[in-house]
Amino acid sequence: MNLFKKKNYIPLGKTAQYNRHARAEEDYSDSPIIPNGLWVKCRHCSSTIYKKEMDEFQICPKCGGHFRIGARDRLNITCDEGSFEEFDADMTAKNPMGYPDYEKVLEKAREKSGLKDGVVTGKCTIGGYKAIIAVMDSNFMMGSMGSVVGEKITRAIEKSTEMKLPMIIFTTSGGARMQEGIISLMQMAKTSAAVRKHSDAGLLYVSVITDPTTGGVSASFANLGDIILAEPKSILGFAGRRVIEGTINEKLPPDFQSAEFQMEHGFVDKIVDRRNMKSTLVTILKLHCPKEVD
Amino acid sequence: MSRASEILFNSRKVSRPSSLDCIEKIFDDFLEFHGDRCFADDCAMVGGIASLDGMPVTVVGIQKGHTVAENVSRRFGSPNPDGYRKVIRLMKQAEKFHRPIVEFINTSGAYPGKGAEERGQGEAIARCLFESAGIKTPIISIFIGEGGSGGALAMAAGDRVWMLENGMYAVLSPEGFASILWRDPSRSSEAAELMKITATDLLANGVIEKIIPEAPEGIENNVEYTTDFIKKDLIEEFKVLCAKPIDELLKERYERFRKFGEFEE
Ligand SMILES: [Zn+2]
Repeated sequence: MNLFKKKNYIPLGKTAQYNRHARAEEDYSDSPIIPNGLWVKCRHCSSTIYKKEMDEFQICPKCGGHFRIGARDRLNITCDEGSFEEFDADMTAKNPMGYPDYEKVLEKAREKSGLKDGVVTGKCTIGGYKAIIAVMDSNFMMGSMGSVVGEKITRAIEKSTEMKLPMIIFTTSGGARMQEGIISLMQMAKTSAAVRKHSDAGLLYVSVITDPTTGGVSASFANLGDIILAEPKSILGFAGRRVIEGTINEKLPPDFQSAEFQMEHGFVDKIVDRRNMKSTLVTILKLHCPKEVD
Repeated sequence: MSRASEILFNSRKVSRPSSLDCIEKIFDDFLEFHGDRCFADDCAMVGGIASLDGMPVTVVGIQKGHTVAENVSRRFGSPNPDGYRKVIRLMKQAEKFHRPIVEFINTSGAYPGKGAEERGQGEAIARCLFESAGIKTPIISIFIGEGGSGGALAMAAGDRVWMLENGMYAVLSPEGFASILWRDPSRSSEAAELMKITATDLLANGVIEKIIPEAPEGIENNVEYTTDFIKKDLIEEFKVLCAKPIDELLKERYERFRKFGEFEE
């Protein structure tokens, strides 16, 4: 085992996409993005874990710490088997600002994540209850929100308004996608307005905070759920830790912006272990919706 | 210096008129109101009620100072969550009394502080966007200087967004952009060019509807030149917006932001 404690045996993903509001990627250098290697390091207890020791929940067998989980894997542990029908599966980004090499950056992100962009949306049932679901994925450019993420999430919310269904969004994002410039910023207003319409229609929106949810996504739909759940120790915050430390000239406590910190400050309804997430969602849906049978 | 860098420089000049300077020139009977009724009165955000040529309006604005001391006391125009919650409170008050709303924007961004995070900076901005989408009275926003990221957007989510000739608006500062994406803050002028931060660029891509001119001798030497335009335009535009049925106003406001996005499918 000692052999594997050497840092260079852990091929952690190196993504260069982050923004002023997001925590810089360096802050996550020990982050549990599961690479193609067989071994991963737990960010919470620093143990080196043999990947096959972990089940579909991707939780550290040593300390129970939650690893980051991709959108497809998340859908598998959340939706009833075979119930997920994807929306807008083929939507891809353009280059509105003419950012040099954006196409190359996107191509790399597609390879790394196996996704077309940072969110997967669709219709499903959860414990038999119909819902519209959106799951963001930090493997795609840190889940940054550009036109595709903003449009897919807006369409999903509009669809749930139209179909009078509850909306569930699993958030993870470094913030606005810098490479798309001001158009990315506009996605915050666009998604928030869609949430407003959904809310005015008397419908339920559950937002589930997963690690990390920062910047523009924290300042739009992530913080607008009727009910806000969070995975243990996930980061929820607007400004990045280093930006704040640089501004106030002091070191922040280690739990700053953690889900536990946010619950203590009144911004999270409940912290839910990933293994209990589906049953918690089912209970919430049960208390809000009459059960429909096809 | 490129045109974009020149505008970036101008937009940050401490001699530019502040929100309170504009309010004083444009409106009569301005009464400043304080506090968010939750926690504090944010000194980086001003607001209150006033008369626009005889019509009661609600006015809010992000306030920078003209001196270092004033800027320190105003947190250099970077609001705390309490500031955004003050805006929400005054917007709802405006809705109750059927007053149109004018919002002045001049900020490099929301304040990245410890207290700001403890009190939910993200939630406050999100809530501002959420409420702006549904407020049943017209909202016109004006960028008078700098406009940076979500902290600026929070106050530019209404029916019309205008910008002074030397104003700017971007997803983050060109310096931040260059240091994050290229790890080289010295390339900020290249970033400013690429990011399309000027009023002309933003008018072209539909982010703003109108550019308000500044006096050839410099805005600091002739503030009235600009505020006279703002006053005239506000009076005209509120006539149009106030005549619309609320449903139509809100539908158009939704469409205004719904249209943004470039993708293939
Ligand atoms: Zn562990």
